[in-house]
Amino acid sequence: MDMPAPDRAVLSKRDVVIRRLQAVLPRGAVIHDPFETRAYECDALTAYRCPPLAVVLPASTDEVAALLKVCHEERVPVVPRGAGTSLAGGALPTADSVIVGLARMNEVLEVDYANRYVRVQAGRTNLSVTEAVEAEGFFFAPDPSSQLACAIGGNIAMNSGGAHCLKYGVTMNNLMGVTMVLMDGSVVEIGGPHLDAAGYDLLGLVCGSEGQLGIVTEATLRILHKPEGARPVLMGFNSSEVAGQCVSDIVRAGVLPVAIEFMDRPCIHATEAFAHAGYPDCEALLIVEVEGSEAEIDEQLGLICQIARRHDPVELRESASAEESARIWLGRKSAFGAMGQMGDYMCLDGTIPVSALPMVLRRIGEMSRKFGLQVGNVFHAGDGNMHPLIIYDANKPGDLELCEQFGAEILKLCVEAGGCLTGEHGVGIEKRDLMVHQFSPADLEIQMAVKDVFDPDWLLNPAKVFPLEASRKRRAA
Amino acid sequence: MIEPRSEVEVAEAVASAKGPLVIQGGGTRSFSDGVAGDVLSVAGLSGLTLYEPGALTLVARAGTTMAEVEETLAAEGQRLPFEPMDHRRLLGTEGEPTIGGVVAANVSGPRRIQAGACRDSLIGVRFVDGRGTILRNGGRVMKNVTGYDLVKLMAGSHGTLGVLTEVAFKVLPVAESVGMVSVEGLPATQAVAAMSRALGSPYEVTGAAHLPSGPDGEPLTMVRVEGFAASVTHRLERLTSVLAEFGPVETDRDPERVSAAWKDLRDVATFAGRAGDVWRISVKPTEGPAVADALPEAEVVFDWGGGLIWALLPEGTDARAALNGRDGHATLVRASSHAKGLPVFHPEPPAVAALSSGLRAKFDPRGVLNPGLMG
Repeated sequence: MDMPAPDRAVLSKRDVVIRRLQAVLPRGAVIHDPFETRAYECDALTAYRCPPLAVVLPASTDEVAALLKVCHEERVPVVPRGAGTSLAGGALPTADSVIVGLARMNEVLEVDYANRYVRVQAGRTNLSVTEAVEAEGFFFAPDPSSQLACAIGGNIAMNSGGAHCLKYGVTMNNLMGVTMVLMDGSVVEIGGPHLDAAGYDLLGLVCGSEGQLGIVTEATLRILHKPEGARPVLMGFNSSEVAGQCVSDIVRAGVLPVAIEFMDRPCIHATEAFAHAGYPDCEALLIVEVEGSEAEIDEQLGLICQIARRHDPVELRESASAEESARIWLGRKSAFGAMGQMGDYMCLDGTIPVSALPMVLRRIGEMSRKFGLQVGNVFHAGDGNMHPLIIYDANKPGDLELCEQFGAEILKLCVEAGGCLTGEHGVGIEKRDLMVHQFSPADLEIQMAVKDVFDPDWLLNPAKVFPLEASRKRRAA
Repeated sequence: MIEPRSEVEVAEAVASAKGPLVIQGGGTRSFSDGVAGDVLSVAGLSGLTLYEPGALTLVARAGTTMAEVEETLAAEGQRLPFEPMDHRRLLGTEGEPTIGGVVAANVSGPRRIQAGACRDSLIGVRFVDGRGTILRNGGRVMKNVTGYDLVKLMAGSHGTLGVLTEVAFKVLPVAESVGMVSVEGLPATQAVAAMSRALGSPYEVTGAAHLPSGPDGEPLTMVRVEGFAASVTHRLERLTSVLAEFGPVETDRDPERVSAAWKDLRDVATFAGRAGDVWRISVKPTEGPAVADALPEAEVVFDWGGGLIWALLPEGTDARAALNGRDGHATLVRASSHAKGLPVFHPEPPAVAALSSGLRAKFDPRGVLNPGLMG
């Protein structure tokens, strides 16, 4: 993975840029000491690091507008950063860039239960949006695994999902409006407490645009009342084909579980060794969760278990208590940590049609042997969003490169199977150069033309999403 | 009329167009009535290209009729989640609505408040831009953040950014059972308060509407629930207690009667065949009654818990004045000859309008796709 060489013209006027930023921002909002900027040298894709020119921590939309105007005039690249939890390198800086961190923008601006929305500053963490409304029984539905730390601004940039999006949708489906600052410092309001757009669906376009079209500073988010209750059932099967068929049969029976999670044998083994959740030793494990009143849950789980029994499960364990539910989820929730015990890991995020699951798992197994690297699969089975975790050793020369090759092969396989490179993590730098496998040159060109409209000088997060070769002329202009 | 039979023929037709094109599906929604040019109909691009009930995925060519889409899904006990309206009754049009037309107009009905709009279920598009280039975005999987989401942008763009040739959806199972509770006699503000209470409950309301003049002339507030039979029973009982403070609550479990009531609402049947302009106004639900009050000559119907106002107004009246600075927008869905001076689509603030026209210039640099429509 390469990043463009820093712009010497920008590096040479570093002091001017910092002084101008200091002039429009409060004391302490501009970080430029190389020792301190090191904290921003990477996000959760830690394999790549580069300290930025400076970091700014604005507290309001006005401050974001003022600082972007400076960067625009000085032609300094800007990298927006929520909480820095991106697994795709979405917030990776270049040496000539200014990081705009949203950490100080964490206020709740408005809570409206009658109209079922909350308006927050974009630096607020995902989980703390729910915390702001849960006393009245409400919640914000998208629940990425990093929800304790990740920021709403980052969720919007990557259109984040989570385990429960089979029922509740992803960020996009729960986003009603944004206040966004364009690279030239102008502020636009898109959407709001009403539904749908008057004209083009710019909100849909902005969500998932990886901080390349503007910096979202405030967001109007849909909130829902929590369900009366939720309960999971755990089932184990002796082949992934059978587990896949079971998922398909459940969906066809008219039940809409809130989550269907899948783990394969390597992942089950790692998890058991780490968390002792009491999972069966089998090829494929499903956790299916439904919501509603006690009676509604009984009815739905009854139907789901009836379907599962037809597939000869090696284990079928319906939760009978809150403790048992927690235990069933324990393994799944600690899967990443468990795999982390086995070494460094790279987490992929391709999506496939559910029907292609057995073929894709078999091919991943073959590749694992070919590359000599272990892989475990955790999977949002209801929507086909895979999370293969490849284990490698960062201290072993060449292992990272091997792991990246393996990852690229898996993602190409996802595209071949009718799926896509990324279901919820985003392209960032990680999948940037694979985009040509999913899109034709014309398909990429029209997307880059969209960026031309919002950011004609290509200063916002410029080296992400599009293959460097494809975006070279625009970035150099 | 240009009637291509394939995507390639659409591309050729657009590339070789010497003047404006009027993009049409079944021609039942008439948004492009005011556009002058050669009609390009995609009705010839018909048929499903993929349907996997077990993966809740349907892909269809843009000219496929809604009748075919709905019948195919129904045969597997599934449906489009967003309950798209059939505009024929309201507009007095004939012909067969197409799935491409539904997407082009982002048509979403009463269930939009729970299941999302058309654009929320749309997971992939193929289209031909104004240069005649065939483009693709999204795909057939329901979680996909690879590159920019042009799928959403194409939904509701009314053929001004490209000619849709194929659309892909996430579909859902048809609910086993449906029922509703209703309260009679509420003024609009009370009705919206009641609907807010229902929509803010855990009972997964899939429709909340208020008719200031219901079937028997009295105001009627309706709240719909769908799901497994026992579940619907449970939820209707709970909603009955939630709404008790607003007045006596009636329950209706007759599937045909309930479905008919919501279909009439979906299609705004009450304004069909009557003189006047029809407006569709989207606002913050609790501001719905005030906006309606600002239109004293209007007859209104509230959907989406009060957030969607259908208004029948004397010809040539500008409903937008009623918003009076509030968040929201109004679309002139059925315009009489006296309303010709009023824009069909709500004017955007300058900063947003600049982005919209910038996008349009990129997607259709020659300005041949439905010119004049959408600003």
